[in-house]
Amino acid sequence: MTMPHVERVPLSVTVNGKPYDLEIEPRLLLVDLLRDELHLTGTHVGCDSSYCGACTVLLDGRSVKSCTVLAVQAHGGELTTVEGLATNDELHPVQKAFAENHGLQCGYCTPGLLLSTIDLLSRHPHPSDAQIRKAIAGNTCRCTGYQNILKAIRAAAQAHGPR
Amino acid sequence: MYPHPFRYFRAGSISEALSLLGELGEDARFIAGGQSLIPLMKLRLARPEALVDLNFIPGLSRIEMNDGGAWFGAMARHADIAGSRPAARIPILHDCAGGIADVQVRNRGTIGGSVAEADPSSDWIAVLLALGADVRTVGLSGERVIPIEQFVVDAFTSDLGPGEMVREISVKMPPKKSGGAFLAVKRSAPVYATAGVAVQLSLAERDMCGEARIVASSVGLTAVRLAEAEKALRGRRIDDRAVDAAAEAAIAGVDPPSDLRGSAEYKRTLVGALVRRAIAAALARARGETVEVTHDYAAR
Repeated sequence: MTMPHVERVPLSVTVNGKPYDLEIEPRLLLVDLLRDELHLTGTHVGCDSSYCGACTVLLDGRSVKSCTVLAVQAHGGELTTVEGLATNDELHPVQKAFAENHGLQCGYCTPGLLLSTIDLLSRHPHPSDAQIRKAIAGNTCRCTGYQNILKAIRAAAQAHGPR
Repeated sequence: MYPHPFRYFRAGSISEALSLLGELGEDARFIAGGQSLIPLMKLRLARPEALVDLNFIPGLSRIEMNDGGAWFGAMARHADIAGSRPAARIPILHDCAGGIADVQVRNRGTIGGSVAEADPSSDWIAVLLALGADVRTVGLSGERVIPIEQFVVDAFTSDLGPGEMVREISVKMPPKKSGGAFLAVKRSAPVYATAGVAVQLSLAERDMCGEARIVASSVGLTAVRLAEAEKALRGRRIDDRAVDAAAEAAIAGVDPPSDLRGSAEYKRTLVGALVRRAIAAALARARGETVEVTHDYAAR
């Protein structure tokens, strides 16, 4: 079967502070732009059906499931992936909190959970437990049973300091 | 999973979007937040030859309010509506916008897309039916204002004509001493509800129920207004007897299919329970109390 010829579309996007000007096929998914074109493989593909949240990244500061966004739709936007969190070998406070509170085991869901946590803390610097549970309801973890993730997010909020 | 190849156009204005779709013909589609359309395309249940993207049209996500009502641009995202002034003033809007799917989907999905898709499980359609909302559409031949009851024709079928798009959703400001609530039960955050119920009621003299609207979603081909359940409240004092009668009428008024979300019997029972809880929350709000309700699932 031959694929119909489809024109590539220009895409300008900033990923973890670095600007890119690309030409891509319209059906390229955002997660595959990150993984296959930009080789940022920290963003994981779990269910590939908008359920599990492993592919969560920030688009203009808000969490999205990158398996359910077309890369062309990120045009003009700023993306943050897990690779953009640490600075100069210094872990991001949310990463540190997850590490110190055993908020991960196999680590597959962790990049998505870190970015969901950052979205949460940007809106609610001191979330209640109910707000934390609701904020990560779109992220599936099959190892931890979530209790240590809750602990990690509480700790991350404390590290945020009073506002 | 990859969609069938398609051509892609970023519209910069409504008129550009309309003329693009007009030129591209019936195998082209508008894309809004994409939270339903992209999964459908990945499964190849939808195979548009071209997409016209509405995400880059300035002003199409505007949210406005005055004492007369509230207006939501088609591209207003669920998360933005949840945090908006209209949602603070009309709590049923918050119940819905703040509980659809999960944070990531709410950050992306739009009210206009949800209404245009006319999914039987749309939470918005139930709430907009309870509020008596209007849908403003625009096409090459002009604008139309369509009451939501007429806009939704059947499952996945709206009154939108070829090349026509949703421009705005408007709701009238509910009168004083009125309240509403939307509740849904789902198996987990990202999935559609097993059943949902929206109630909007007003109180007349001596605490009697004035107007009442009761709508069930996810339990049929479209969201349904439950006329008999409404009648059980209208003009009466909302006491245990009236609530029992409304819940029983609601159970009799729905005909849900048995599927992976639950058996028909389970869903009917759920509708009865949700009607009771939604009436209680709506009544408390009509009396000026603050009550928090939203979608319910195991993780909450």
